[in-house]
Amino acid sequence: MIEVKHLTKKFGPFTAVDDISFTVKRGEVLGFLGPNGAGKSTTMKMITGFLAPTAGRAVICGDDVTNSPIAAKRHMGYLPEGAPAYPDMTPRTFLDFIAQIRGFSGAKAKERMDKAIALTQLEGVLEQPIETLSKGFKRRVGVAQALLHDPEVLILDEPTDGLDPNQKHEVRNLIQTMASEKAIIISTHLLEEVDAVCSRAMIIAQGRVVADGTPAQLAARSRHHNTVRLALAGGAIDAEAALLRLPGVVAVEPVTDSEGTGLLIFPRNGQSIVAEVSDLVRTARWEVAALRVERGRLDEVFRNITTAA
Amino acid sequence: MHSTAVIFRRELASYFATPLAYVFIVIFLVMAGTLTFFLGNFFERGQADLQPFFSFHPWLYLVLIPALAMRLWSDERKSGTIELFLTLPISMAAAVLGKFLAAWAFSGIALALTFPFWITVNYLGSPDNGVVLASYIGSFLMAGSFLAVGACISALTKNQVIAFVLTAAVCFFFTVAGSSIVLGFLQGWAPEPVIRTIASFSFLTHFSAIVRGVIDLRDAVYFASVIGLFLFANAILVDLKKAD
Repeated sequence: MIEVKHLTKKFGPFTAVDDISFTVKRGEVLGFLGPNGAGKSTTMKMITGFLAPTAGRAVICGDDVTNSPIAAKRHMGYLPEGAPAYPDMTPRTFLDFIAQIRGFSGAKAKERMDKAIALTQLEGVLEQPIETLSKGFKRRVGVAQALLHDPEVLILDEPTDGLDPNQKHEVRNLIQTMASEKAIIISTHLLEEVDAVCSRAMIIAQGRVVADGTPAQLAARSRHHNTVRLALAGGAIDAEAALLRLPGVVAVEPVTDSEGTGLLIFPRNGQSIVAEVSDLVRTARWEVAALRVERGRLDEVFRNITTAA
Repeated sequence: MHSTAVIFRRELASYFATPLAYVFIVIFLVMAGTLTFFLGNFFERGQADLQPFFSFHPWLYLVLIPALAMRLWSDERKSGTIELFLTLPISMAAAVLGKFLAAWAFSGIALALTFPFWITVNYLGSPDNGVVLASYIGSFLMAGSFLAVGACISALTKNQVIAFVLTAAVCFFFTVAGSSIVLGFLQGWAPEPVIRTIASFSFLTHFSAIVRGVIDLRDAVYFASVIGLFLFANAILVDLKKAD
Protein backbone atom coordinates (compact mmCIF):
# COMPACT_ATOMS: atom_id res chain seq x y z
CA MET A 1 0.00 0.00 0.00
CA ILE A 2 2.86 2.35 0.83
CA GLU A 3 6.04 1.91 -1.14
CA VAL A 4 8.94 4.19 -0.39
CA LYS A 5 11.97 3.87 -2.63
CA HIS A 6 15.29 5.58 -1.97
CA LEU A 7 13.61 8.69 -0.62
CA THR A 8 16.12 11.49 -0.08
CA LYS A 9 15.69 15.11 0.94
CA LYS A 10 18.44 17.69 1.01
CA PHE A 11 18.11 21.23 2.29
CA GLY A 12 21.15 22.89 0.75
CA PRO A 13 24.18 21.00 2.02
CA PHE A 14 22.18 19.36 4.82
CA THR A 15 20.76 15.91 4.18
CA ALA A 16 17.58 15.56 6.23
CA VAL A 17 16.53 12.19 4.83
CA ASP A 18 19.12 9.92 3.33
CA ASP A 19 18.01 7.11 1.02
CA ILE A 20 15.14 5.59 2.99
CA SER A 21 13.26 2.63 1.50
CA PHE A 22 10.49 0.51 2.97
CA THR A 23 7.01 -0.81 2.27
CA VAL A 24 3.97 -0.92 4.52
CA LYS A 25 1.20 -3.41 3.81
CA ARG A 26 -2.45 -3.39 4.81
CA GLY A 27 -2.81 -4.35 8.45
CA GLU A 28 0.58 -3.04 9.43
CA VAL A 29 1.19 -0.19 11.84
CA LEU A 30 4.66 1.18 11.30
CA GLY A 31 6.12 3.35 14.02
CA PHE A 32 8.80 5.89 13.18
CA LEU A 33 11.03 6.30 16.18
CA GLY A 34 13.85 8.70 16.49
CA PRO A 35 15.25 11.70 18.25
CA ASN A 36 14.00 15.17 17.33
CA GLY A 37 15.38 16.30 14.00
CA ALA A 38 16.09 12.76 12.82
CA GLY A 39 14.00 13.15 9.68
CA LYS A 40 10.74 11.50 10.76
CA SER A 41 8.53 14.45 9.89
CA THR A 42 10.43 15.24 6.70
CA THR A 43 9.89 11.66 5.53
CA MET A 44 6.19 11.95 6.27
CA LYS A 45 5.99 15.28 4.46
CA MET A 46 7.47 13.67 1.36
CA ILE A 47 5.14 10.66 1.54
CA THR A 48 2.12 12.93 1.79
CA GLY A 49 3.27 15.10 -1.08
CA PHE A 50 3.85 18.28 0.91
CA LEU A 51 7.58 18.29 0.17
CA ALA A 52 9.07 17.23 -3.13
CA PRO A 53 11.83 14.66 -2.59
CA THR A 54 15.33 15.47 -3.84
CA ALA A 55 15.56 11.89 -5.05
CA GLY A 56 13.53 8.71 -4.83
CA ARG A 57 9.79 8.27 -4.82
CA ALA A 58 6.79 7.35 -2.73
CA VAL A 59 3.96 5.31 -4.20
CA ILE A 60 0.60 5.15 -2.43
CA CYS A 61 -1.76 2.37 -3.56
CA GLY A 62 -0.13 2.42 -7.00
CA ASP A 63 -0.15 6.22 -7.41
CA ASP A 64 3.16 8.05 -7.40
CA VAL A 65 3.00 11.07 -5.10
CA THR A 66 5.18 13.21 -7.38
CA ASN A 67 3.62 12.29 -10.72
CA SER A 68 -0.03 11.93 -9.77
CA PRO A 69 -0.29 13.86 -6.51
CA ILE A 70 -4.05 14.31 -6.44
CA ALA A 71 -4.79 10.60 -6.91
CA ALA A 72 -2.18 9.68 -4.29
CA LYS A 73 -3.52 12.24 -1.81
CA ARG A 74 -7.02 10.78 -2.17
CA HIS A 75 -5.81 7.49 -0.71
CA MET A 76 -4.30 9.19 2.32
CA GLY A 77 -5.34 10.77 5.54
CA TYR A 78 -2.65 12.92 7.10
CA LEU A 79 -2.26 14.44 10.53
CA PRO A 80 0.59 16.94 10.28
CA GLU A 81 2.82 17.64 13.25
CA GLY A 82 1.06 19.85 15.78
CA ALA A 83 -2.37 19.04 14.29
CA PRO A 84 -2.90 22.37 12.54
CA ALA A 85 -6.50 23.45 11.88
CA TYR A 86 -8.11 26.76 10.99
CA PRO A 87 -8.48 28.46 14.38
CA ASP A 88 -11.56 30.53 13.59
CA MET A 89 -13.57 27.54 12.35
CA THR A 90 -15.53 25.20 14.58
CA PRO A 91 -14.89 21.44 14.40
CA ARG A 92 -18.19 21.10 12.55
CA THR A 93 -17.47 23.69 9.85
CA PHE A 94 -13.89 22.47 9.57
CA LEU A 95 -14.87 18.83 9.10
CA ASP A 96 -17.60 19.92 6.69
CA PHE A 97 -14.96 21.72 4.62
CA ILE A 98 -12.75 18.61 4.64
CA ALA A 99 -15.71 16.41 3.64
CA GLN A 100 -16.58 18.67 0.73
CA ILE A 101 -13.05 19.00 -0.53
CA ARG A 102 -12.78 15.21 -0.34
CA GLY A 103 -15.77 15.11 -2.67
CA PHE A 104 -18.58 14.17 -0.28
CA SER A 105 -21.83 16.09 -0.26
CA GLY A 106 -25.28 15.93 1.27
CA ALA A 107 -26.19 12.80 3.22
CA LYS A 108 -22.90 11.10 2.41
CA ALA A 109 -20.92 14.02 3.84
CA LYS A 110 -23.03 14.01 6.96
CA GLU A 111 -22.59 10.28 7.41
CA ARG A 112 -18.78 10.52 7.05
CA MET A 113 -18.65 13.47 9.45
CA ASP A 114 -20.79 11.74 12.07
CA LYS A 115 -18.58 8.66 11.87
CA ALA A 116 -15.38 10.67 12.31
CA ILE A 117 -16.90 12.72 15.13
CA ALA A 118 -18.04 9.58 16.95
CA LEU A 119 -14.67 7.86 16.56
CA THR A 120 -12.79 10.83 18.00
CA GLN A 121 -15.48 11.77 20.54
CA LEU A 122 -15.83 15.37 19.48
CA GLU A 123 -19.58 15.63 20.08
CA GLY A 124 -19.25 18.04 22.98
CA VAL A 125 -17.18 20.71 21.25
CA LEU A 126 -18.63 20.82 17.74
CA GLU A 127 -19.74 24.43 17.89
CA GLN A 128 -16.72 25.95 19.63
CA PRO A 129 -14.05 27.76 17.62
CA ILE A 130 -11.04 25.46 17.32
CA GLU A 131 -8.74 28.12 18.81
CA THR A 132 -10.61 27.86 22.12
CA LEU A 133 -10.23 24.08 22.36
CA SER A 134 -7.75 22.29 24.61
CA LYS A 135 -4.70 20.64 23.11
CA GLY A 136 -6.29 17.21 23.39
CA PHE A 137 -9.41 18.25 21.49
CA LYS A 138 -7.35 20.01 18.82
CA ARG A 139 -5.40 16.82 18.29
CA ARG A 140 -8.63 14.86 18.00
CA VAL A 141 -9.98 17.34 15.44
CA GLY A 142 -6.80 16.67 13.45
CA VAL A 143 -7.28 12.92 13.72
CA ALA A 144 -10.96 13.23 12.77
CA GLN A 145 -9.98 15.21 9.70
CA ALA A 146 -7.43 12.57 8.69
CA LEU A 147 -9.78 9.61 8.87
CA LEU A 148 -12.94 11.35 7.65
CA HIS A 149 -12.80 9.81 4.17
CA ASP A 150 -11.92 6.37 5.55
CA PRO A 151 -8.57 6.33 3.75
CA GLU A 152 -6.60 3.21 2.96
CA VAL A 153 -3.44 4.87 4.23
CA LEU A 154 -3.09 6.92 7.40
CA ILE A 155 -0.04 9.02 8.16
CA LEU A 156 -0.09 10.39 11.70
CA ASP A 157 2.73 12.63 12.89
CA GLU A 158 2.87 12.40 16.69
CA PRO A 159 -0.82 11.58 17.14
CA THR A 160 -0.68 11.47 20.94
CA ASP A 161 1.65 14.38 21.62
CA GLY A 162 0.22 16.63 24.31
CA LEU A 163 -2.59 14.29 25.31
CA ASP A 164 -3.19 13.13 28.86
CA PRO A 165 -2.81 9.41 29.61
CA ASN A 166 -6.52 8.70 29.11
CA GLN A 167 -6.62 10.49 25.80
CA LYS A 168 -3.45 8.71 24.70
CA HIS A 169 -5.10 5.44 25.51
CA GLU A 170 -8.16 6.38 23.45
CA VAL A 171 -6.16 7.44 20.41
CA ARG A 172 -4.09 4.24 20.60
CA ASN A 173 -7.26 2.17 20.83
CA LEU A 174 -8.60 4.02 17.82
CA ILE A 175 -5.45 3.27 15.83
CA GLN A 176 -5.60 -0.37 16.81
CA THR A 177 -9.25 -0.77 15.82
CA MET A 178 -8.48 0.68 12.40
CA ALA A 179 -5.23 -1.18 11.95
CA SER A 180 -6.57 -4.35 10.32
CA GLU A 181 -7.97 -2.63 7.22
CA LYS A 182 -5.43 0.15 6.70
CA ALA A 183 -1.74 0.77 6.30
CA ILE A 184 -0.73 3.17 9.05
CA ILE A 185 2.45 5.08 9.77
CA ILE A 186 2.80 6.94 13.04
CA SER A 187 5.75 8.86 14.37
CA THR A 188 6.49 9.14 18.02
CA HIS A 189 9.26 9.51 20.48
CA LEU A 190 7.39 7.57 23.09
CA LEU A 191 8.75 4.04 23.27
CA GLU A 192 5.75 2.75 25.19
CA GLU A 193 3.61 3.82 22.23
CA VAL A 194 5.56 1.61 19.85
CA ASP A 195 4.97 -1.29 22.20
CA ALA A 196 1.30 -0.44 22.50
CA VAL A 197 0.24 0.05 18.88
CA CYS A 198 2.95 -0.75 16.34
CA SER A 199 3.37 -4.05 14.56
CA ARG A 200 6.70 -2.81 13.32
CA ALA A 201 9.12 -0.15 14.43
CA MET A 202 11.74 1.72 12.51
CA ILE A 203 14.39 3.73 14.26
CA ILE A 204 15.54 6.73 12.27
CA ALA A 205 18.63 8.72 13.15
CA GLN A 206 20.29 11.41 11.09
CA GLY A 207 18.04 10.69 8.15
CA ARG A 208 18.79 6.97 7.95
CA VAL A 209 16.96 3.84 9.01
CA VAL A 210 19.20 2.35 11.68
CA ALA A 211 16.91 -0.42 12.90
CA ASP A 212 13.77 -2.05 11.54
CA GLY A 213 11.75 -4.85 13.09
CA THR A 214 8.91 -5.75 15.40
CA PRO A 215 9.09 -4.08 18.81
CA ALA A 216 10.04 -7.49 20.28
CA GLN A 217 12.88 -7.94 17.79
CA LEU A 218 14.20 -4.50 18.62
CA ALA A 219 13.94 -5.15 22.33
CA ALA A 220 15.92 -8.35 21.82
CA ARG A 221 18.88 -6.23 20.80
CA SER A 222 18.98 -4.84 24.30
CA ARG A 223 21.70 -5.87 26.72
CA HIS A 224 18.85 -6.64 29.08
CA HIS A 225 17.21 -9.16 26.77
CA ASN A 226 16.63 -12.39 28.74
CA THR A 227 18.33 -11.08 31.83
CA VAL A 228 16.94 -12.47 35.04
CA ARG A 229 16.17 -10.21 37.91
CA LEU A 230 16.39 -11.96 41.21
CA ALA A 231 15.59 -10.56 44.63
CA LEU A 232 16.48 -12.71 47.63
CA ALA A 233 14.62 -12.20 50.87
CA GLY A 234 17.43 -13.41 53.09
CA GLY A 235 20.12 -11.56 51.20
CA ALA A 236 22.36 -14.58 50.60
CA ILE A 237 26.00 -13.57 50.89
CA ASP A 238 27.59 -15.82 48.34
CA ALA A 239 24.76 -15.60 45.80
CA GLU A 240 26.75 -13.52 43.33
CA ALA A 241 29.67 -15.90 43.21
CA ALA A 242 27.40 -18.95 42.95
CA LEU A 243 25.45 -17.40 40.09
CA LEU A 244 28.61 -16.48 38.23
CA ARG A 245 29.67 -20.15 38.29
CA LEU A 246 26.64 -21.06 36.15
CA PRO A 247 27.77 -21.74 32.55
CA GLY A 248 25.15 -19.47 30.96
CA VAL A 249 25.89 -16.44 33.10
CA VAL A 250 28.42 -13.78 32.11
CA ALA A 251 27.81 -11.09 34.69
CA VAL A 252 25.87 -10.34 37.82
CA GLU A 253 25.11 -6.78 38.84
CA PRO A 254 23.45 -5.64 42.02
CA VAL A 255 20.66 -3.14 41.32
CA THR A 256 18.66 -0.80 43.48
CA ASP A 257 15.74 1.04 41.95
CA SER A 258 12.07 1.79 42.48
CA GLU A 259 11.33 -1.94 42.61
CA GLY A 260 13.76 -2.43 45.48
CA THR A 261 17.13 -4.14 45.54
CA GLY A 262 18.09 -7.25 43.67
CA LEU A 263 20.54 -8.89 41.31
CA LEU A 264 20.56 -8.56 37.55
CA ILE A 265 21.91 -11.73 35.96
CA PHE A 266 23.15 -11.32 32.39
CA PRO A 267 23.07 -14.36 30.07
CA ARG A 268 25.75 -15.39 27.59
CA ASN A 269 24.72 -14.40 24.01
CA GLY A 270 21.20 -13.51 25.06
CA GLN A 271 20.15 -17.13 25.64
CA SER A 272 17.51 -18.05 28.17
CA ILE A 273 18.97 -18.77 31.61
CA VAL A 274 15.90 -18.75 33.78
CA ALA A 275 15.93 -22.57 34.14
CA GLU A 276 19.54 -22.63 35.33
CA VAL A 277 18.95 -19.82 37.77
CA SER A 278 15.85 -21.37 39.28
CA ASP A 279 17.62 -24.74 39.62
CA LEU A 280 20.40 -23.04 41.53
CA VAL A 281 17.92 -21.20 43.73
CA ARG A 282 16.27 -24.48 44.60
CA THR A 283 19.49 -26.41 45.36
CA ALA A 284 20.99 -23.55 47.38
CA ARG A 285 17.67 -23.08 49.21
CA TRP A 286 17.59 -19.36 48.87
CA GLU A 287 14.46 -17.59 49.89
CA VAL A 288 13.20 -15.80 46.77
CA ALA A 289 11.30 -12.51 47.00
CA ALA A 290 11.05 -12.00 43.23
CA LEU A 291 12.29 -13.65 40.06
CA ARG A 292 11.55 -12.20 36.62
CA VAL A 293 12.85 -12.49 33.07
CA GLU A 294 13.27 -9.18 31.27
CA ARG A 295 12.47 -9.04 27.58
CA GLY A 296 14.73 -6.13 26.89
CA ARG A 297 14.58 -2.41 27.15
CA LEU A 298 13.48 -0.51 24.07
CA ASP A 299 14.74 2.76 25.47
CA GLU A 300 18.21 1.29 25.88
CA VAL A 301 18.21 -0.01 22.30
CA PHE A 302 16.96 3.35 21.14
CA ARG A 303 19.70 5.19 23.03
CA ASN A 304 22.45 2.86 21.87
CA ILE A 305 21.44 2.94 18.23
CA THR A 306 20.73 6.63 17.95
CA THR A 307 23.80 7.83 19.78
CA ALA A 308 26.13 5.43 17.99
CA ALA A 309 24.91 6.49 14.54
CA MET B 1 -13.47 23.38 -10.41
CA HIS B 2 -15.30 21.74 -7.53
CA SER B 3 -12.39 22.18 -5.14
CA THR B 4 -11.93 25.82 -6.21
CA ALA B 5 -15.56 26.43 -5.24
CA VAL B 6 -15.15 24.66 -1.88
CA ILE B 7 -12.00 26.67 -1.07
CA PHE B 8 -13.72 29.86 -2.24
CA ARG B 9 -16.63 29.28 0.13
CA ARG B 10 -14.40 28.47 3.10
CA GLU B 11 -12.19 31.52 2.55
CA LEU B 12 -15.09 33.89 2.06
CA ALA B 13 -16.78 32.58 5.20
CA SER B 14 -13.52 33.02 7.12
CA TYR B 15 -13.55 36.76 6.40
CA PHE B 16 -16.90 37.00 8.11
CA ALA B 17 -15.89 34.72 10.99
CA THR B 18 -13.66 37.49 12.36
CA PRO B 19 -14.33 41.20 12.81
CA LEU B 20 -11.99 41.84 9.85
CA ALA B 21 -14.83 41.82 7.33
CA TYR B 22 -16.93 44.35 9.20
CA VAL B 23 -14.02 46.61 10.07
CA PHE B 24 -12.88 46.55 6.47
CA ILE B 25 -16.29 47.33 5.03
CA VAL B 26 -17.05 50.10 7.52
CA ILE B 27 -13.66 51.78 7.07
CA PHE B 28 -13.91 51.45 3.32
CA LEU B 29 -17.35 53.07 3.21
CA VAL B 30 -16.51 55.82 5.71
CA MET B 31 -13.30 56.72 3.95
CA ALA B 32 -14.88 56.59 0.52
CA GLY B 33 -17.59 58.94 1.76
CA THR B 34 -15.25 61.33 3.52
CA LEU B 35 -12.91 61.58 0.58
CA THR B 36 -15.70 62.03 -1.92
CA PHE B 37 -17.65 64.67 -0.02
CA PHE B 38 -14.85 66.68 1.57
CA LEU B 39 -11.74 66.31 -0.55
CA GLY B 40 -13.61 65.59 -3.74
CA ASN B 41 -15.99 68.57 -3.49
CA PHE B 42 -18.84 66.33 -4.54
CA PHE B 43 -21.53 68.99 -4.10
CA GLU B 44 -19.55 72.09 -5.01
CA ARG B 45 -18.68 70.70 -8.41
CA GLY B 46 -22.34 70.77 -9.34
CA GLN B 47 -21.98 67.83 -11.69
CA ALA B 48 -24.06 64.70 -11.56
CA ASP B 49 -21.32 62.11 -11.81
CA LEU B 50 -19.23 59.91 -9.54
CA GLN B 51 -15.85 61.13 -10.77
CA PRO B 52 -14.71 62.36 -7.30
CA PHE B 53 -15.84 59.08 -5.77
CA PHE B 54 -13.90 56.86 -8.16
CA SER B 55 -10.80 59.03 -8.38
CA PHE B 56 -9.95 58.19 -4.77
CA HIS B 57 -10.30 54.44 -5.23
CA PRO B 58 -6.65 53.76 -6.13
CA TRP B 59 -5.55 55.48 -2.91
CA LEU B 60 -8.16 53.75 -0.80
CA TYR B 61 -7.15 50.41 -2.22
CA LEU B 62 -3.53 51.18 -1.58
CA VAL B 63 -4.23 51.25 2.16
CA LEU B 64 -7.01 48.71 2.47
CA ILE B 65 -6.36 45.96 -0.06
CA PRO B 66 -2.97 44.95 1.40
CA ALA B 67 -4.80 44.42 4.69
CA LEU B 68 -7.17 42.08 2.93
CA ALA B 69 -4.46 40.21 1.04
CA MET B 70 -1.80 39.93 3.73
CA ARG B 71 -3.38 36.99 5.49
CA LEU B 72 -4.05 34.87 2.41
CA TRP B 73 -0.89 32.75 2.57
CA SER B 74 1.24 34.09 5.39
CA ASP B 75 -1.42 33.11 7.91
CA GLU B 76 -1.53 29.57 6.55
CA ARG B 77 2.23 29.31 6.79
CA LYS B 78 2.42 30.78 10.25
CA SER B 79 -0.25 28.51 11.74
CA GLY B 80 1.00 25.46 9.83
CA THR B 81 -2.38 24.87 8.20
CA ILE B 82 -0.64 25.12 4.84
CA GLU B 83 0.62 21.60 5.40
CA LEU B 84 -2.92 20.39 5.89
CA PHE B 85 -4.24 22.50 3.02
CA LEU B 86 -1.69 21.41 0.45
CA THR B 87 -1.90 17.72 1.31
CA LEU B 88 -5.60 17.70 0.48
CA PRO B 89 -6.38 16.29 -2.96
CA ILE B 90 -6.48 19.67 -4.71
CA SER B 91 -4.35 21.23 -7.44
CA MET B 92 -2.17 24.25 -6.75
CA ALA B 93 -4.21 26.20 -9.31
CA ALA B 94 -7.42 25.48 -7.40
CA ALA B 95 -5.78 26.54 -4.12
CA VAL B 96 -4.44 29.83 -5.49
CA LEU B 97 -7.57 30.63 -7.47
CA GLY B 98 -9.99 29.74 -4.67
CA LYS B 99 -8.23 32.02 -2.22
CA PHE B 100 -7.85 34.87 -4.68
CA LEU B 101 -11.45 34.72 -5.87
CA ALA B 102 -12.71 34.76 -2.28
CA ALA B 103 -10.71 37.89 -1.50
CA TRP B 104 -11.81 39.47 -4.75
CA ALA B 105 -15.45 38.63 -4.12
CA PHE B 106 -15.11 40.18 -0.68
CA SER B 107 -13.71 43.41 -2.11
CA GLY B 108 -16.57 43.25 -4.60
CA ILE B 109 -19.04 43.09 -1.73
CA ALA B 110 -17.44 46.15 -0.14
CA LEU B 111 -17.56 47.95 -3.48
CA ALA B 112 -21.19 47.01 -4.07
CA LEU B 113 -22.10 48.44 -0.68
CA THR B 114 -21.18 51.89 -1.99
CA PHE B 115 -24.47 51.83 -3.94
CA PRO B 116 -25.90 54.73 -1.87
CA PHE B 117 -23.48 57.03 -3.72
CA TRP B 118 -24.99 55.90 -6.99
CA ILE B 119 -28.51 56.40 -5.61
CA THR B 120 -27.58 59.85 -4.30
CA VAL B 121 -26.20 61.03 -7.59
CA ASN B 122 -29.22 59.68 -9.43
CA TYR B 123 -31.50 61.47 -6.98
CA LEU B 124 -29.67 64.76 -7.36
CA GLY B 125 -29.30 64.71 -11.10
CA SER B 126 -29.14 62.45 -14.09
CA PRO B 127 -25.67 61.00 -14.45
CA ASP B 128 -24.51 58.84 -17.31
CA ASN B 129 -25.09 55.46 -15.70
CA GLY B 130 -23.06 53.75 -18.42
CA VAL B 131 -20.03 55.66 -17.21
CA VAL B 132 -20.84 54.76 -13.61
CA LEU B 133 -21.12 51.08 -14.50
CA ALA B 134 -17.86 51.18 -16.44
CA SER B 135 -16.18 52.87 -13.48
CA TYR B 136 -17.45 50.21 -11.10
CA ILE B 137 -16.09 47.51 -13.40
CA GLY B 138 -12.78 49.35 -13.67
CA SER B 139 -12.57 49.75 -9.90
CA PHE B 140 -13.32 46.06 -9.40
CA LEU B 141 -10.63 45.08 -11.91
CA MET B 142 -8.14 47.33 -10.18
CA ALA B 143 -9.02 45.84 -6.79
CA GLY B 144 -8.33 42.42 -8.32
CA SER B 145 -4.91 43.55 -9.49
CA PHE B 146 -4.02 44.93 -6.04
CA LEU B 147 -5.19 41.66 -4.53
CA ALA B 148 -3.19 39.50 -6.91
CA VAL B 149 -0.07 41.48 -6.02
CA GLY B 150 -0.91 41.13 -2.33
CA ALA B 151 -1.62 37.40 -2.56
CA CYS B 152 1.69 36.84 -4.30
CA ILE B 153 3.64 38.81 -1.70
CA SER B 154 1.79 37.14 1.16
CA ALA B 155 3.18 33.83 -0.10
CA LEU B 156 6.68 35.22 0.45
CA THR B 157 6.57 35.70 4.20
CA LYS B 158 5.07 34.29 7.36
CA ASN B 159 4.81 37.77 8.77
CA GLN B 160 1.59 39.56 7.94
CA VAL B 161 2.99 43.00 8.73
CA ILE B 162 5.83 42.52 6.28
CA ALA B 163 3.33 41.28 3.71
CA PHE B 164 1.22 44.39 4.28
CA VAL B 165 4.09 46.86 3.96
CA LEU B 166 5.63 45.17 0.91
CA THR B 167 2.28 44.91 -0.83
CA ALA B 168 1.53 48.56 -0.17
CA ALA B 169 4.95 49.53 -1.52
CA VAL B 170 4.66 47.45 -4.70
CA CYS B 171 1.10 48.61 -5.27
CA PHE B 172 2.19 52.20 -4.75
CA PHE B 173 4.77 51.76 -7.47
CA PHE B 174 2.17 50.28 -9.81
CA THR B 175 -0.25 53.07 -9.02
CA VAL B 176 2.07 55.98 -9.62
CA ALA B 177 4.21 54.44 -12.36
CA GLY B 178 2.66 56.75 -14.94
CA SER B 179 2.86 59.91 -12.85
CA SER B 180 5.55 62.54 -12.61
CA ILE B 181 6.87 61.02 -9.34
CA VAL B 182 8.33 58.06 -11.18
CA LEU B 183 8.72 59.50 -14.66
CA GLY B 184 10.47 62.64 -13.42
CA PHE B 185 12.99 60.41 -11.74
CA LEU B 186 13.62 58.49 -14.94
CA GLN B 187 13.56 61.32 -17.45
CA GLY B 188 16.94 62.54 -18.55
CA TRP B 189 18.78 59.27 -18.31
CA ALA B 190 16.50 56.34 -19.07
CA PRO B 191 15.82 55.61 -22.74
CA GLU B 192 12.43 56.59 -24.07
CA PRO B 193 11.08 53.03 -24.60
CA VAL B 194 11.87 52.15 -20.97
CA ILE B 195 10.01 55.21 -19.73
CA ARG B 196 7.04 54.42 -21.91
CA THR B 197 7.00 50.80 -20.74
CA ILE B 198 7.09 51.80 -17.10
CA ALA B 199 4.42 54.43 -17.62
CA SER B 200 2.20 51.80 -19.20
CA PHE B 201 2.39 49.74 -16.00
CA SER B 202 0.42 52.35 -14.16
CA PHE B 203 -2.83 51.28 -12.55
CA LEU B 204 -3.80 54.94 -12.48
CA THR B 205 -3.47 55.48 -16.22
CA HIS B 206 -5.56 52.44 -17.07
CA PHE B 207 -8.07 53.11 -14.35
CA SER B 208 -8.67 56.74 -15.32
CA ALA B 209 -9.16 55.62 -18.90
CA ILE B 210 -11.97 53.35 -17.77
CA VAL B 211 -13.47 55.95 -15.40
CA ARG B 212 -13.91 58.26 -18.38
CA GLY B 213 -16.52 55.78 -19.46
CA VAL B 214 -14.78 53.75 -22.12
CA ILE B 215 -13.82 50.20 -21.34
CA ASP B 216 -11.02 49.83 -23.82
CA LEU B 217 -10.10 46.22 -24.43
CA ARG B 218 -6.46 47.13 -23.81
CA ASP B 219 -7.18 48.39 -20.29
CA ALA B 220 -9.20 45.30 -19.45
CA VAL B 221 -6.47 43.08 -20.88
CA TYR B 222 -3.90 45.00 -18.85
CA PHE B 223 -5.65 44.33 -15.53
CA ALA B 224 -6.40 40.74 -16.49
CA SER B 225 -2.76 40.11 -17.32
CA VAL B 226 -1.55 41.72 -14.08
CA ILE B 227 -3.89 39.40 -12.18
CA GLY B 228 -2.86 36.36 -14.22
CA LEU B 229 0.84 37.07 -13.94
CA PHE B 230 0.84 37.64 -10.20
CA LEU B 231 -1.33 34.60 -9.52
CA PHE B 232 1.03 32.50 -11.58
CA ALA B 233 3.96 33.85 -9.56
CA ASN B 234 1.88 33.23 -6.43
CA ALA B 235 1.53 29.53 -7.26
CA ILE B 236 5.25 29.17 -7.89
CA LEU B 237 6.16 31.03 -4.69
CA VAL B 238 3.81 28.96 -2.56
CA ASP B 239 5.42 25.83 -3.90
CA LEU B 240 8.92 27.17 -3.24
CA LYS B 241 8.35 28.66 0.17
CA LYS B 242 5.71 26.43 1.75
CA ALA B 243 8.11 24.40 3.84
CA ASP B 244 10.30 27.23 5.16
